Amino acid sequence: MKKTNDVILQTVTKIITFMIILFSIDLFFSGHYTPGGGFIGGLMTAAALLLILLAYDIKTLQVILHVDFKLMTATGLLIAILTGTGALLFNEPFLKHAFDYINLPILGETSLHTAVLFDIGVYLVVIGVTMTIIQTIGESE
Amino acid sequence: MEILMSIVIGILFMCATYLILSKSLLRIIFGTLIISHAVHLLVLTMSGLKRGAAPILTDGVTAYTDPLPQALVLTAIVIAFGVTAFFLVLGFRAYQEIGTDNMDEMRGTEGND
Amino acid sequence: MSLLHLAILLPFLSAVLIPFLFKGFRNIHTGWFVLLVPLVLFIYFIQYLPLTSDGNTVTKTFEWIPSLGIDFTAHVDGLGLLFALLITGIGSLVVLYSIYYLAKEKEALHNFYVYLLMFMGAMLGVVLSDNLIVLYMFWEFTSISSFLLIGYWYDRERSRYGAQKSMLITVFGGLSMLGGIVLLYIMGGTFSIQELINMSESLITDPLFVPALLLILLGAFTKSAQFPFHIWLPDAMEAPTPVSAYLHSATMVKAGIYLVARMSPVFAESGLWLWLVAGFGIITLFWGSFNAVKQTDLKAILAYSTISQLGLIMSLLGLGAAALHYDQLDDNIYMIATIAAVFHLINHATFKGSLFMMVGIVDHETGTRDIRKLGGLVNLMPITFTIAIIGSFSMAGLPPFNGFLSKEMFLTGMLSVFELDLFNLSTWGVLFPVLAWIASVFTFVYSIKLVFKTFLGKPQFDKLPKKPHEAPIGMLISPIILVSLVIIFGFFPNLLSNSMIKPAVEAILPSLVDSGQTVDVNIYFWHGFTPELFMTIGIIAVGALLYATLAKWQGIYNRIPERFTLNGMYDAGLSLSEKGSLRLSNAYMTGFMRTYLVYIFSFFVAILLSTLLIKDGFAIDTTDLAPIEFYEVILAIILVASAVTVIFAKSRITSLIAVGAAGYTVALFFVLFRAPDLALTQLVIETVSVSLFLLCFYHFPRISRNIERIGFKLGNAVISVLVGLTITLISISSFSSRSFESISQYHIDNVYDLAAGGNMVNVILVDFRGFDTLFEIAVLAIAAMGIYAMIRYRAAGGKEE
Repeated sequence: MKKTNDVILQTVTKIITFMIILFSIDLFFSGHYTPGGGFIGGLMTAAALLLILLAYDIKTLQVILHVDFKLMTATGLLIAILTGTGALLFNEPFLKHAFDYINLPILGETSLHTAVLFDIGVYLVVIGVTMTIIQTIGESE
Repeated sequence: MEILMSIVIGILFMCATYLILSKSLLRIIFGTLIISHAVHLLVLTMSGLKRGAAPILTDGVTAYTDPLPQALVLTAIVIAFGVTAFFLVLGFRAYQEIGTDNMDEMRGTEGND
Repeated sequence: MSLLHLAILLPFLSAVLIPFLFKGFRNIHTGWFVLLVPLVLFIYFIQYLPLTSDGNTVTKTFEWIPSLGIDFTAHVDGLGLLFALLITGIGSLVVLYSIYYLAKEKEALHNFYVYLLMFMGAMLGVVLSDNLIVLYMFWEFTSISSFLLIGYWYDRERSRYGAQKSMLITVFGGLSMLGGIVLLYIMGGTFSIQELINMSESLITDPLFVPALLLILLGAFTKSAQFPFHIWLPDAMEAPTPVSAYLHSATMVKAGIYLVARMSPVFAESGLWLWLVAGFGIITLFWGSFNAVKQTDLKAILAYSTISQLGLIMSLLGLGAAALHYDQLDDNIYMIATIAAVFHLINHATFKGSLFMMVGIVDHETGTRDIRKLGGLVNLMPITFTIAIIGSFSMAGLPPFNGFLSKEMFLTGMLSVFELDLFNLSTWGVLFPVLAWIASVFTFVYSIKLVFKTFLGKPQFDKLPKKPHEAPIGMLISPIILVSLVIIFGFFPNLLSNSMIKPAVEAILPSLVDSGQTVDVNIYFWHGFTPELFMTIGIIAVGALLYATLAKWQGIYNRIPERFTLNGMYDAGLSLSEKGSLRLSNAYMTGFMRTYLVYIFSFFVAILLSTLLIKDGFAIDTTDLAPIEFYEVILAIILVASAVTVIFAKSRITSLIAVGAAGYTVALFFVLFRAPDLALTQLVIETVSVSLFLLCFYHFPRISRNIERIGFKLGNAVISVLVGLTITLISISSFSSRSFESISQYHIDNVYDLAAGGNMVNVILVDFRGFDTLFEIAVLAIAAMGIYAMIRYRAAGGKEE
């Protein structure tokens, strides 16, 4: 491909990617109470990475983020399944979630959910899948 | 609103079917994309539209829009994305291997049975 | 789960270990480990013998699928135990024999013994199950293991042919039997054989009785190789000889006989049963013995002989049913037929087992089974010759062996037809003793031929592939044990009479026992100068004459053209159905993707529209509609316009932009429909999708327009419009009619209490319906792996780039 001059895109990307990723993480954690969650958070993160990929190229992305996305997908699935299996240890049905309210030093009273663990699995799978797809298609050129 | 949406969905299905029946691979993929949009809207329409606030717990609100179809559609959107990506790659790999994107020239039976 | 259940399942459980034993102990023949299983089981089942000979039974139930009335009920009575002892006893001898027959260096022993153990367990299951469905399951297991064992040398074409043939015929019969079982369930409301027997009097008047009877018999006849289904058995001889001795003479083919015996109390009151079982039995007896004479392969002779002997037992069981109609007689002479059936069943297992092993030895030591190349082996293989002569004389019905005793009883049973005054037996029934006598003559001829042609006559060792010599002692042990039994049962038949035959007969004819009759089994050598004795003398005389003149009359066998034989018809039917199916599926499977899509869409439209019409399902309810805002109409128009644009777009970029526009409009609709999560997701997804398309465009042809004729377009348009119309109608009906309340209220009410969340959609996804999500991400991962594989591994050789 012809080397194109996208200084503006690249500069904007540098700034905006972090904002998108931060936003996606916020979306992810707030998902239990307001719009958001694993799917949207994961997609948003993937979109940010995609932006890097479009503005630079695949090699840059690999330098920045040295992650095997296939492994990420598998890890996500494993986390999701293990969260489900965890319930079996407490003699509850598969995938039954639990939650509790705990006082944390800085955050004050916080509710903790095992559902979030499951959602982390979803989050990782979505990023992993999206990036695997895009990366493999991109590499095949 | 529901009737309007029903008609829109019908038209979307019509366009998608026409695209899927055509000969070009790429048009078929576009067809599947449109058909998935139509299905998502259909699932929402089936449960009735705009029956209350967004399904996010808010003090003082008692009527919420049915959250279940939304959850189903959310799943469906992501799956549709996976399927579309799969189709795309299947399509261009088939093109690279066979050398045509014309469905009439792709026949599976000869030499395989 | 009792010890009895474990005993039935033991072969299956031990089969799991076989591959490891085979791999782990290459120096020890795997058969030695396998041998333990039937031995242990034989000893275990022997312990039941005192119990059943006192007329007691043991029933152990293990609940399997209680909601459907399917329990794994093990029922041990005289009949079941007799078979269980045969299976494990002959099984031990066959395994011992196979250790010397199959070389551990060359053969895939782990496969062989796994199949064999699978068969053993299945067969035990068949004979010890009281529940018909469980029986059926084990029944099909025997068919499958028989298939695998016949095809054991799968690189031989004849093996594959034989395996397929046996599979097709026996599974066809098995499926009909399943139909019969279901009919019995409909009639009696139970799958338990014992319960069905108790209600047999009410069953006989049921209109489904005759179909059930026919279907069950079809299962039994195919399994026991009764005419005209016998054709699979000769081809099954491609299996290794231990398998032929075990499955195809001593046990599996007797499963049909077992079934007939077991179901006799249910069906035997009917005249149809008597006629069919006895009739098919006697025809099979005749046809098998007649055809055995012409065979030149030793195993083929034995195969036809087995068919004929199975027919003999079957006909006896059929005639034995007559005893039920004379339950007021003090001395029930008709019972002798059933007694003879059970007795001959045991005798057949002993002499036929030893003969098969003998043939295996001849094959193993000379390299051929062709009777035309063999001869004069008596000096080289004296022990094998002794085995052969005892086995075949017993088969021919000569004294002093056990075959003589059961043959005499068989003739008595057949002669008793003359005194029967039932179901018009006095007219055509005359044929029974006549056919029986003719068949016995042929039996005599092929028995003599089997021994004399192999061991006597002129030696022609130059024609043999190997230099013959006597078999190793290990190979001889099993047949020697069997022929010793032939002699022992011949001289002391009453060893068996009270311990095994009587309880088995009582199980076959329970109503006689209930009515107070005693089953009196007394077997003698000498009955005086009875018609039976004269018949036997006639058999020997005529048989000897026919054997001497064999060369002169052999020509009649060639009179039937190949096309009209049953085998010819089977082959023709098979190839016809294969060709016909191919032509039929080729007629609609054009290979064009579009044709299939047209089928799918047409059926979709036809089925849904006709259902809407016939069921009067279309409904429209305008009372509770959401209001339409102006901007919503605009959005709808944009959505429709962009979809239509895709159809007419000339360049692919235009199409892509239109598709993207449609996607973003859908996201806006989600906003309007109060679905923030969906809107967010849709927006991001659409962005990612569009960039994906752009990436992929690089790989697609630049111009992707293919010329489409106007007729083609018109056809597509009609289908598309119909699909659109169907969907619109369904959509309108679906929100207009509401049969029950939405389950969503539960989610809305409990979202905070049960899951401590506020966003219902997200809580449903990760908590209430977590399973869906789990599977969804699994599907996504699979799609990603698929894409990765498609790109990374090219079709050519599957090498990584």
